[in-house]
Amino acid sequence: MTGRDRSGGTRAWGLTVAVLAALAAMWPLLPDYNQITLARVMVFAIFAIGYNILFGYTGLLSLGHALFFAAGLYAAGLGARDGGLTAVPAFLAGILAGAGLAAGVGALALRTAGVAFMIVTLMFAQAGYLALLYFNEWTRGDEGFNLPAASRTVLGLELAGADMRYGTALALFALATLIATWLARSPLGRVMVAVRENEARAAMLGYDTGRVKLAAVTISGAFSGAAGAAYGLIDGYAGATFASVQYSILPLLWVLVGGAGTVLGPLVGAVFMFYLIDLTSGLTDAYMLVAGAVLVLVTLFAPRGIMGEVRRRVARWLP
Amino acid sequence: MDFGPHLMLAAIEGAVAAAVLALTALGLSLVFGVMRVVNVAHGEFFMLGAVLAWAVAHLVPGPAWAGYLAALVLAPLLVGLLAAAADWVVLKRVQYDPERTIVATIGLLYILQQATLMAYGPEARPVAAPFDARIALPWPEWGPEGLVLTWPWGLGTTAWKLVVIAAAALLVALVFVLVQRSRAGLVMRATQFDRETAQAFGIPVARVFALTFALGAALAAIGGVLVVPIQQAHYLMGGDPLLLSFIVVIIGGLGSLRGTVVAAILIGMSDGIVSVFFSPTLAKILATLLVAFVLIFRPQGLYGTRAA
Repeated sequence: MTGRDRSGGTRAWGLTVAVLAALAAMWPLLPDYNQITLARVMVFAIFAIGYNILFGYTGLLSLGHALFFAAGLYAAGLGARDGGLTAVPAFLAGILAGAGLAAGVGALALRTAGVAFMIVTLMFAQAGYLALLYFNEWTRGDEGFNLPAASRTVLGLELAGADMRYGTALALFALATLIATWLARSPLGRVMVAVRENEARAAMLGYDTGRVKLAAVTISGAFSGAAGAAYGLIDGYAGATFASVQYSILPLLWVLVGGAGTVLGPLVGAVFMFYLIDLTSGLTDAYMLVAGAVLVLVTLFAPRGIMGEVRRRVARWLP
Repeated sequence: MDFGPHLMLAAIEGAVAAAVLALTALGLSLVFGVMRVVNVAHGEFFMLGAVLAWAVAHLVPGPAWAGYLAALVLAPLLVGLLAAAADWVVLKRVQYDPERTIVATIGLLYILQQATLMAYGPEARPVAAPFDARIALPWPEWGPEGLVLTWPWGLGTTAWKLVVIAAAALLVALVFVLVQRSRAGLVMRATQFDRETAQAFGIPVARVFALTFALGAALAAIGGVLVVPIQQAHYLMGGDPLLLSFIVVIIGGLGSLRGTVVAAILIGMSDGIVSVFFSPTLAKILATLLVAFVLIFRPQGLYGTRAA
């Protein structure tokens, strides 16, 4: 058992590192436009990784993750605009905002389960979105605001260029992936999966499932906040649209498509959906039609998602 | 304008909102009660009712009322058929698993909304009320004297709004009679009470589910048709009714039809009044937070017997 596990561990880490290396190898080869697009996708993939920790590993389906993404986005954005924060502190502020808000929402929402949990998270996120619109003198509402250029430099390098965007997004994505892979294989990750599979049994075995779930929500919120802050700092823009319900649905979609409970699923799902939507939006304004259709099709025919199917059919060891 | 007339105006707006909301939310409540699933695409059925009303009113020749009456019959029928098909093709296949149904109906929401955008376009289009609002003037006798004279321009729309309130009240009553007095209602309640036993007693549960889903969608569609002379038809108009129906169904108590109607009146009226005096956004923030806290601390709502 341990032997198989260890070899699975080596292969799992190997695959993760190989994917990250491939993304790094593409860096100098890609034209500017693709660098900027892929940088965005990698930031969204961080968001999806955070969502996956809660949904894929712990089995809690949230419909309110836009709240945590927006918390990170606005903490970094307002911190840079009004607080004069530079990129690194602004990013850290984003993580803290995401984690803090998630801990608060989690403490309340986890008193419910199942469908009620979904609706409570949805309602909190909706209240957050409406609050961003309500205080539009400060947040600039739907119109949004640009981050000051001074906040968008790391170690004297401007984040605005395509090269730097890709590099920064890749570095953050790599970090997020490694942390998530480690978390999934850690004792906490194992208990999270146990809660997903059978909460009553995990509780009977002596695990404090309430605390495990709260930890999962908080970690998930921290990743989402990090993604939001990274998005704001890399793209230089913050707006209330990112708090709308669509940005709660999208991470769910990415994770479902890529494969819930797999380490690479979030990236695969985000890349797949982003380019699919990009392709359709060239043809029609109704590009969210594709998102809807994919949601229904995945629910009906591939509830495990792309990487989940690969794991089931080809590679049982897939992380 | 004085406070009195202002409040009157707000109360009428609130009553119209409450009436339409009661109808729409009743559809959601019925589906949840009988099938134990949350239909996130419910608001889109409302929107389709309004958009189809526009389409039918334009296709039917003759006076405006003929087109509108045709829409009042055809739009809910078409939406009901569509919903039954969605139930058969999608929901039945995920075996009404609560979480998978929510995800699938989110997909359905985007499909319906975006398909409407493609077919109908991004414009908001008006539909004429079936009669010229100036014909019917029951208004002067209704309010306290003096108030009426303050805003004569308000009389016209008021006539149609009163019709909306009456029609919605009548339909809500019909739904209650259907569920509590008719044989079909008995079958629905039996299915709600215990799906497997109902099946064992020869109730075609799959058909009951499809019909319930269709009925729920049709109620939302009627709401859309009733409201379209007041509020123009637009492909994004399903968002607010969905959110408010959710709020109403949860506060009323999941699965309780009586609770849904009481909460619809409560929420509709207060939403109308708060929106006029403060900001509509603030009203919605308060309502969404109220739902979250009701679910957390009193999951059975006002009248519900069990938690969500």
